[in-house]
Amino acid sequence: MLTDVEAEALLLSLRVSLVAVACALPFALAAAMLLARARFPGKTLVDSALHLPLVLPPVVVGYLLLTILGTRAPLGAWLLQNLGIRFAFSWTGAALASGLITFPFQLRAIRLGLAGIDRGLGQAAETLGAGPTDRFIHIVLPLALPGIVTGAITAFAASLGEFGAIITFVSNIPGETQTLPLAIYSAIQSPGGEAEAARLSLLSISLALVGMVLAEMAERRTRVLVGQ
Amino acid sequence: MTIEIAVHHRFAGFELDAAFRVAKPGVTALFGPSGAGKTTIANAVAGLLRPQEGRIAIDGRVVFDSSAGIDVPPRGRRIGYVFQESRLFPHMSVANNLRFGWRRAARQAGEDEFARVVDMLGLEHLLSRKPAKLSGGEKGRVALGRALLASPALLLLDEPLAALDAARKAEIFPYLEKLRDEVRLPMIYVTHSIDEVTRLADELVFVKDGRIAAQGPVFDLLPDLEFASLAGTPSYGAVFEATVSAQDDDDRLTVLASDCGDLIVPRIARPVGTRLRVRLRAEDVMIARERPREISANNILDATIASVRSDDEGHADVQLQSGHVKLVSRITRASAVRLGLAAGMPVFAIVKSVIVDLR
Repeated sequence: MLTDVEAEALLLSLRVSLVAVACALPFALAAAMLLARARFPGKTLVDSALHLPLVLPPVVVGYLLLTILGTRAPLGAWLLQNLGIRFAFSWTGAALASGLITFPFQLRAIRLGLAGIDRGLGQAAETLGAGPTDRFIHIVLPLALPGIVTGAITAFAASLGEFGAIITFVSNIPGETQTLPLAIYSAIQSPGGEAEAARLSLLSISLALVGMVLAEMAERRTRVLVGQ
Repeated sequence: MTIEIAVHHRFAGFELDAAFRVAKPGVTALFGPSGAGKTTIANAVAGLLRPQEGRIAIDGRVVFDSSAGIDVPPRGRRIGYVFQESRLFPHMSVANNLRFGWRRAARQAGEDEFARVVDMLGLEHLLSRKPAKLSGGEKGRVALGRALLASPALLLLDEPLAALDAARKAEIFPYLEKLRDEVRLPMIYVTHSIDEVTRLADELVFVKDGRIAAQGPVFDLLPDLEFASLAGTPSYGAVFEATVSAQDDDDRLTVLASDCGDLIVPRIARPVGTRLRVRLRAEDVMIARERPREISANNILDATIASVRSDDEGHADVQLQSGHVKLVSRITRASAVRLGLAAGMPVFAIVKSVIVDLR
């Protein structure tokens, strides 16, 4: 049904998005807790900065990553020499770019979820003997779960379509950084690739549709689970 | 068991400066209008609000003292809190809600205690449900059980009945009375309902505009005219305890023994020995200087006048002492003058009707 090239692009897309979402999630949760619960000077600025990837052109994000983590950039070179970590021209770089771009989706959804939790429940838990960590694990986290799930799924879906930041930062290498959107782009660019582009586009559309249905189902399940 | 509470806290536009001390266990009602500062006091006692100044000690254990820098966190205070909105954890079953504080208690009650509380509150058939599937009254009972199972030294109840309709209130009330009489757990009961105070409380602390306006035993304060006008209670009168001492099945009457003598009332379906609270409203008590004969009233009590106060509306409020019980009678000023009523005078109190609060 799928050619090897198509299957490769599909699996790579899924892997990049999965890693991107999973790695960004803890940071999004921490940032959401900070913004939802803490009060500190410069909070509005931090809030805006964290949402920047949402409004910046993805190309700019890719360019910034290149200047910071490219093999000739100071940090990128240091990471490569001392820890053997290379983001440039690697699928991990694609995941990093995707994770960064879709970070605000997770942040917003988790923050909304946290804001919807009745603070009185935390107080009740306190009078019943629960300390801060205990309350976070047994009250806050389970009740924020619908928000976390929604955020992760939205971010995953958005990540599947990421193009600009990936192609700018890690280029378009088949089997390494050529995700579905990049493969479609390549197909369109090559003479006689219209049929291939159409097939890949259809694949993208089906993937998005299945993803959205699964997302809806997962969200409903978690809401029931937490008694909403 | 002594509860000492002194709380001073300033909000924008409101100042709470309340200090009181209760020297015996039982139910202490924090009574007063909405916005008087009752919940703020409860929150300070629980540790959910840190007063700017104050000292709070439960049975000699200081949990807060601003001058000594003591502020025990809520989880270390062993104070159970039943909130008005019940605040059950929506993602947990009733059983897990009940076990939340139970698992975390320093002195964990055993499985048998868990079973006893579940049984007492009638929660057996609800254990596997989520809070969203409970009625208001059921939520209240679960919240009560959850707080109890954390083995508190003191239980705070913040208007636990306020959000419920009359039927749901009637459903919860017997459990609260059971707690008072059987579990004997000291309770601070926040309410704006004088009916709840009358039925449940031993000690009354009246909070008004952030200050303690009056305090005393319920049985002393409720027949007090000054308290009644201060609190603006719609009807006032005597409240005291009585015990079912005999049942007259032929005449369908019940005899209640009390500190002011026997009272004969229409039949109450409770076994001999049952303790209950009796109310005699001021307008239901008449005064006679001689023992009336050939009268329909069943209850004529010997009493001595403690004071007579007349007002500009033509009323006279007569405070009476009958045995150990304080009674009060509201008659017309004209009658008081005609009978020449004065403090120290022995009289007969004719009781037109006795209100019995059934448990």
